[in-house]
Amino acid sequence: MWELRLYVTGQSPNSIRAIENLRRVCEEYNPGRYQIEVVDLLENPRLAVQDQILAVPTVVRKLPMPIKKIVGDLSDIERLLVGLQVRAPRKAPA
Amino acid sequence: MLTGLEESTVGPGLEKAPTGIRGLDQITGGGLPRGRVSLVAGAAGAGKTLLGLEFLVGGARKYSEPGVLLSFEESAEKVALNVRSLGFDLNQLEKDGLLAVLSFQVDPADMVAAGSFDVEPLFLILDDAITRIGARRVVLDALEMLFGVFGDDATIRGELNRLARWLEERGVTAIVTGERGDKTITRHGIEEYVTDCVIVLDHRVNEEISTRRLRVVKYRGSVHGTNEFPFLISAEGFVVLPITSIALDYAASEERLSTGVPRLDHMLGGGVFRGSTTLVTGVAGTGKTSLGAHMVYGTCERGEQALWILFEESPAQVLRNMRSLGLDLQTWVDADLLRIWAARPSAFGLEAHLAALNQLIEETSPSVVVLDGIGGLAAGVTGTEVYSMVARQLDLLKSRGTSTLATSRGREDESATVSISSLVDNWLLLRNVETNGERNRLLFVLKSRGTAHSNQVREFVLTDHGVELVEVYVGPAGMLAGSARLAQEAVERDADLRRADDLERHLRDLRSSISERQAHLIAARDQLIAEQTEIDRIDSRERREVADTEADRVSMASRRWADAAPDPDVTPGRRWAEKAPDNGGKQ
Repeated sequence: MWELRLYVTGQSPNSIRAIENLRRVCEEYNPGRYQIEVVDLLENPRLAVQDQILAVPTVVRKLPMPIKKIVGDLSDIERLLVGLQVRAPRKAPA
Repeated sequence: MLTGLEESTVGPGLEKAPTGIRGLDQITGGGLPRGRVSLVAGAAGAGKTLLGLEFLVGGARKYSEPGVLLSFEESAEKVALNVRSLGFDLNQLEKDGLLAVLSFQVDPADMVAAGSFDVEPLFLILDDAITRIGARRVVLDALEMLFGVFGDDATIRGELNRLARWLEERGVTAIVTGERGDKTITRHGIEEYVTDCVIVLDHRVNEEISTRRLRVVKYRGSVHGTNEFPFLISAEGFVVLPITSIALDYAASEERLSTGVPRLDHMLGGGVFRGSTTLVTGVAGTGKTSLGAHMVYGTCERGEQALWILFEESPAQVLRNMRSLGLDLQTWVDADLLRIWAARPSAFGLEAHLAALNQLIEETSPSVVVLDGIGGLAAGVTGTEVYSMVARQLDLLKSRGTSTLATSRGREDESATVSISSLVDNWLLLRNVETNGERNRLLFVLKSRGTAHSNQVREFVLTDHGVELVEVYVGPAGMLAGSARLAQEAVERDADLRRADDLERHLRDLRSSISERQAHLIAARDQLIAEQTEIDRIDSRERREVADTEADRVSMASRRWADAAPDPDVTPGRRWAEKAPDNGGKQ
């Protein structure tokens, strides 16, 4: 079970792409066994300090431990998979 | 001069935000460019964060300008703890709504970048904090951490540029701190985006002596000092030591201050000027400390506050030694008029020394400071750096109007001494002169600004009632001091005595000769009288005898009837006279 939280700022192109990419990867690699919470920092900027979010979009994998942070619109699927620990990091990018 | 600098720099449209840091506002002619972003670069531990914090605390406390600190290095708690020793209560300032401390600590190890991103959250939280407390100042500490975290330099560069412009639009005065780079000012070249004002901090440890320096590399649209300025991180925080050329505007006092040695005051035309700097140089054991002690004593005696800094001896030792000169300084310590502070220069770095010194001066506001053995600061170090620090310290004292007496080992021809001698107003030289197997101390006034000072050399004598200056013997045998002087004086005294004796004897001789002659004279007169009397006596008897003889002859003739009567033309006297030779022959 993946417990994920995605931090975005409003409806920016990066935010929209990140949500799409994250859903697709979850469906493909962990279908039905994931939970995505989207947090809009525009609504509560102080959460950025509290949760130590510097950049958007940022996916935080709260479960399984350890906590992982993946920053970006998640268009780099390979790196997203590395971040979610689905795949071991490659020695050198192809 | 300072005012001139300020006038020339504060032109229209270039408003400045004072940092509240003594010395820095002086160098920059008023502070950082208001509404702009300034960069403070330096290696780890150079004092970047502290400068930023002082800017915020100063703004909050002195100028009613709230500020936001965004730290990428340390937690808010840790930042607050670090500066508590400097008397900055960040928590209180936060409660008062004058400060907001935000921190981000991101470990690159649990962070993966996957695709394009921006740092909009930074803008959001800054905006939130600025709005909440009405901040006018922002410090972004260690912003460069972002480069390490995301590994996407191009994006971060773009975002930093955007952030700088955004801060300017918000109208806040900001400081961004950055790590020093090898070839560039900062490791990641963020000076590219911060183009108005760049300050570089440097922390060098040279031969175990740490020196901090600050330099304003760039200040767009403003004149600024481009030199390196030493600065201290003291118990009161950041202190930049102003340079001589800027601060050459001290008020010049006409008041004379006693050195505590009356004859020395006389040599200096009545003492040193209040607020002036006096240097006493001389090799070991020439009495420099004693002279300083007199100055201290004299100050306390007037009821003024004195600060005595000892770099070579312990207070107890010096107090004991000075008691042997009849100077009881303990009384003044007890009376809270004298503060003595001693530490071997090797115990701390030079910086720590000057910081402590600075604090003492702040605390006690002395009217006179005596620095004993400033040469000791230079122990084992190349002199120039130390002397430049000492020079600035002297300068600082001078700008406060504090009279200073500094003693230093060394002769007058030593380059290090020469380098600070130009900063001092009075320069006294104590010198040992070795003659006849003993050393004697001589005092020269080499320099005394604004004074017709004595060109005379004085012998410097340490007695049980303090320092005394004695005129040296200058005579046909050259200049003599010490026992040679005493011996020479004795010889002279002897000679004088002898001369007086001789004279007396001569007079006595003359007098006795006179009385002798007078006696002779009396005797001779008596003789004369006696002889005259004799003559008279003989004369009268002779005449009687002649008369008798005549009478006899007449009577005999008459008896013989030879002549009828005596010849009428023959007087009896003439007859006697004609007969005298016969008579004489008979006798």
